[in-house]
Amino acid sequence: MTWTWFHRLGSPPYVYGLATRLTPWFAWPAALLIIGGLWGGLVLAPPDYQQGDGFRIIYVHAPSAWMSLMVYTTMAIAAAVGLIWRIKVAHAVAASCAPIGASFTFAALVTGALWGQPMWGTYWEWDPRLTSELILLFLYLGYMGLRAGLEDTQRADRASAVLAVVGVVNVPIIHYSVTWWNSLHQAPSVMRLAKPTMAASMLVPLLMMLLGFTLFFGAVLLVRLRGEVLNRERSASWIREIVST
Amino acid sequence: MSRFGSPAAGVVVQAGAITRESTLWAGSHQAPILDAARLALTRDLQLAFRKRGQLVQPLAFFAMVTMLFPLAISPELARLREIAPGVLWAGALLASLLALEFLFRDDAYDGTLEQYALSGQSLTWLMFAKTAAHWLLTGLPLALMAPLAALSLGVSAAAVPGIVASVAVGSVALSLIGSIGAALTLGIKRSGALLSLLTLPLSLPVLIFGARATQLAISGGPLLAPLELLAALVVLGVTLAPLAAAAAVRISLE
Amino acid sequence: MHDERLDVESLHLWRGDRHVLRGVCFSLASGECLQVTGPNGSGKTSLLRTVCGLMYPEEGRVLWEGQDVRGDLRTFHCALAYLGHEPPLKAELSARENLRYWIGVRHRIGAAALEGALERVGASPWCDRLVRTLSAGQRRRVALAGLTLSMVPLWLLDEPTTNLDTEGQQLVGSLIAEQLARGGMVVAAVHHELPASVRDVRHLELAA
Repeated sequence: MTWTWFHRLGSPPYVYGLATRLTPWFAWPAALLIIGGLWGGLVLAPPDYQQGDGFRIIYVHAPSAWMSLMVYTTMAIAAAVGLIWRIKVAHAVAASCAPIGASFTFAALVTGALWGQPMWGTYWEWDPRLTSELILLFLYLGYMGLRAGLEDTQRADRASAVLAVVGVVNVPIIHYSVTWWNSLHQAPSVMRLAKPTMAASMLVPLLMMLLGFTLFFGAVLLVRLRGEVLNRERSASWIREIVST
Repeated sequence: MSRFGSPAAGVVVQAGAITRESTLWAGSHQAPILDAARLALTRDLQLAFRKRGQLVQPLAFFAMVTMLFPLAISPELARLREIAPGVLWAGALLASLLALEFLFRDDAYDGTLEQYALSGQSLTWLMFAKTAAHWLLTGLPLALMAPLAALSLGVSAAAVPGIVASVAVGSVALSLIGSIGAALTLGIKRSGALLSLLTLPLSLPVLIFGARATQLAISGGPLLAPLELLAALVVLGVTLAPLAAAAAVRISLE
Repeated sequence: MHDERLDVESLHLWRGDRHVLRGVCFSLASGECLQVTGPNGSGKTSLLRTVCGLMYPEEGRVLWEGQDVRGDLRTFHCALAYLGHEPPLKAELSARENLRYWIGVRHRIGAAALEGALERVGASPWCDRLVRTLSAGQRRRVALAGLTLSMVPLWLLDEPTTNLDTEGQQLVGSLIAEQLARGGMVVAAVHHELPASVRDVRHLELAA
């Protein structure tokens, strides 16, 4: 029973249909949660004792940073599944994840810089978390660059899968070494991008944003996955049936 | 009995209970993996020495990179001493990247990698042997050259052992990490930039710990802690990198 | 006993959108030779590489001595020798050194065996010159020497007679004939017929 489900997940037409049906289930809740979270965080929540209104960017920054890491892990797991069990749809999932994750990382960096300006007086500080985010962006770019550099889809899938697995193993190591490096060079007036002490009225919108971003990722992933599957299977007969109906 | 045995049917049992089968298909009895790995290493070393001129290139590059900084920043030795760890490690990293392109390229091109994959020996071990040869030809000379560069940046001679140790250990990790990227980008034309993009983020921990160790060597502090962290990275690299490189090589042969 | 068998069951292979191998089936027993022919692009090389295990078929299997080779690829590789289009030789090493490394990685070769193989292919006069200085035909002969030295039951050859003169092609014929007489098997992808010295050749034609 479970294995049939697993095998069906490996079939491109089934996954295409599933992705089409599931997208609204992700998209609408995501929209509601994000709007609700933004309302709660930007309007309803009180200003922070220390940071005033400047902290509000955390409602975009923290979920972005969290998603950038979560998407990379998802990408690596999908890639590993594709690599070990030779399931092409899993590779399509990994390929679809990459640009989304890179965008989240970029958003985290930009919002981090915007947060830094009122906090530190400068748009960039070699804060360990921001530095780790920057390195993560390069990991994403490397993954996408490798895919782009290999013409044969199958080889691109499998090679980038190895890269994703190697990368995900390295992420904790990189994070640790960057934190270690930063702790050696503590500037006296450094203000880390630390979360302010959270009252419930501040925390709830943040959790809503977190969940909303996750569902948003799901929706965008499903849409990209459909496009990816269509592209890969363009010469298959089931595509012609779908186009003609 | 001829070397290839008689074609008659039936099993002929010789003294010592060696069947005709086993002498006939002697090729099915594999050499021990250490012998195979040693041969792979020796071949790479021998080939490198037949093209001696090319060995110098990464070292010359390293020397030139080191030279850029005094010219670009300031000839004051006091200032140079401060940035010396960074200069040495940036130079070592870039020189390593330069040499990495050639780790598998020739073997992929002439079919040697394919024969490795079909040899019945552990491809992981053979990749390890090739990476070891690469380090002996690039990383180790870099580690021995680093003190010269350091001296030119105003570092005192007392720091030399620490510098050699940190660059030597770090460059092992760099070769291992780099072998993964080199294997992944096999056959891609003008893959230098992509190789750097893949390898540099993964090499950053090596850079961080290595530069710290070098810095402590220069300032006379205890460099055991970062050196141990570097060694830990090497151990991790030795266990995982040849495996990943072998997987990447097989993928490139598909 | 001659219990080596190679069975290839309904191999299907796609390269991108191209259906390169469409249900290829054959069986080979001890002493048999299979000649694979077909126009350029029909998948001769892909077939050889799939049988080797370098390429992974979407459907079908390869059986060696009754076992799926995917279960233990390394043992299968110990029993086969593969010669691709280009001889796997390093230009900066001599023929002798090349053989010592190439085959030595697989199994121990004695000096006598090495000399014998070089002698057999007529390479003795120039076996210590760098491969860089050798002609394409001479390199091909060195590759054939490696084949003899590997002493394995299954040979997979991709265009073994390329760059060889008539005498060289006769050499390929006799080497294959000797391998078959020993009880080995040969699969050869060729453009022209194998030399007449190889008798009882089975044929497999791949369509484009």
